[in-house]
Amino acid sequence: MTDLMEFVVSRFNYWIYVVLMMIGLYAMISKRNYVKKLIGMTIFQTSIILFYVSIGVKSNATIPIVDHHDVVHSEILVDHYANPLPHVLMLTAIVVGVATLGVGLAVIEKIYRQHGTIEEPELLADVDQT
Amino acid sequence: MIWQFDLYILVLLVVTAIVSLRVRDLLSAAMVSGVYSLLMCLLWAEMGAVDVAFTEAAVGAGLSTVFMIATILRTTRRTTD
Amino acid sequence: MKVFAFCLVFVTGVMLVMTAQDFPAWGDAHSAPNQYLSTYYIQHTYRDTAVPNIVTAVLADYRGFDTMFETSVIFCAGLGIAAILSFGPRNPKRRKRLGLPPSAEGDLIIQTTTRLLIPVTQLFALYVIAHGHHSPGGGFQGGVILAASFILLSLAYDLNMALSRLSDRLALLWGNGGLLIYAGIGLICVALGAHFLEYSALHAILPATDSVMARSHAMLGVEIGVGFTVMSMLFSIYTQLVSLGSLEDGL
Repeated sequence: MTDLMEFVVSRFNYWIYVVLMMIGLYAMISKRNYVKKLIGMTIFQTSIILFYVSIGVKSNATIPIVDHHDVVHSEILVDHYANPLPHVLMLTAIVVGVATLGVGLAVIEKIYRQHGTIEEPELLADVDQT
Repeated sequence: MIWQFDLYILVLLVVTAIVSLRVRDLLSAAMVSGVYSLLMCLLWAEMGAVDVAFTEAAVGAGLSTVFMIATILRTTRRTTD
Repeated sequence: MKVFAFCLVFVTGVMLVMTAQDFPAWGDAHSAPNQYLSTYYIQHTYRDTAVPNIVTAVLADYRGFDTMFETSVIFCAGLGIAAILSFGPRNPKRRKRLGLPPSAEGDLIIQTTTRLLIPVTQLFALYVIAHGHHSPGGGFQGGVILAASFILLSLAYDLNMALSRLSDRLALLWGNGGLLIYAGIGLICVALGAHFLEYSALHAILPATDSVMARSHAMLGVEIGVGFTVMSMLFSIYTQLVSLGSLEDGL
């Protein structure tokens, strides 16, 4: 029983990331509204970022800012600090993500200005008509 | 990192993700996706990724919600799905 | 279509959950990603650069090249949005303009609160940029908060008020300037005979520093450049989106 519990505790994070990622993927495939598709893309993106960040987690570790006291008086213990590398990679990914979200929203506005709708079936009908 | 806290936020994340995709008003969808980003920020702060959490609090919960609301204001807030 | 999408997503999800068994246990300090490169950063960052925040040091120094091009991605996104929304044929017949209330009067309470809040916000943003070496923060976060302060001004008053403080042309210049600061610091290093973005060479021209502190100071310069670009580009994206590219009437 405790084995099973330990197994679930050490793995349930990954399962929920997969669930979040699949929610985003489903929204991107099957939603007809473009804003909904973009929200799905954001969810997909954050779930991947979450996966990367959680790779760097160490139990009983603190945030990756070096304690000055440690440097002067003792050795820096690697296990004492969370892994900073995924944080760096994902920090820039978030900011670039909002810039690309802006591009997507600009395209949506352009579509609305030209066709008067942001629903996919209505847009396809409108394109067929002209 | 406390796994009970972690599980609680993750379940809330799944719920807000589903709600933001199912709600029929796009303005509400944008607001709920802002809540999703804020919960994500809490989760990262709890995992020790303070810089990432800070960025997400400023970008995800602040700016991307504003961008979405600006677009919805300029297009339409009604949708059928 | 919905059934097909659900089946596809379900099968992919099951396969991903099955592969999740091969990942290291959550919080395992001795898993492979926590072993090789990151131990170097944790142990040597403070000695190499005198910056306690490892994330800032790796972002601006060890992986400076990466960050420079991430910043230019944001710059390109801002330019792209201006290009998408400003040019191209308009179809006036189909154009259902959303009837905004005629240039909202503005609420006295909101405007007064905003006037008090914005200086504090901007001061905090500058603190976040300047103190990013010792606490969470840096150019990206500070730039976003600065952009948010301008957006707040635009929400409380109107778009023209915010544009009179930071016009579209000026925002583009700031964005350019930020990237030029970043690349310029790299080029100064080249001029001093080191590699591109090898900050330790800068101690030759910075007074009263050694090669370790030079890296710390150069990181501050780089973060300021990133902050400028992020601020101006995100504000520019907002103004384009909210006014359909016309920059005339908007929130």
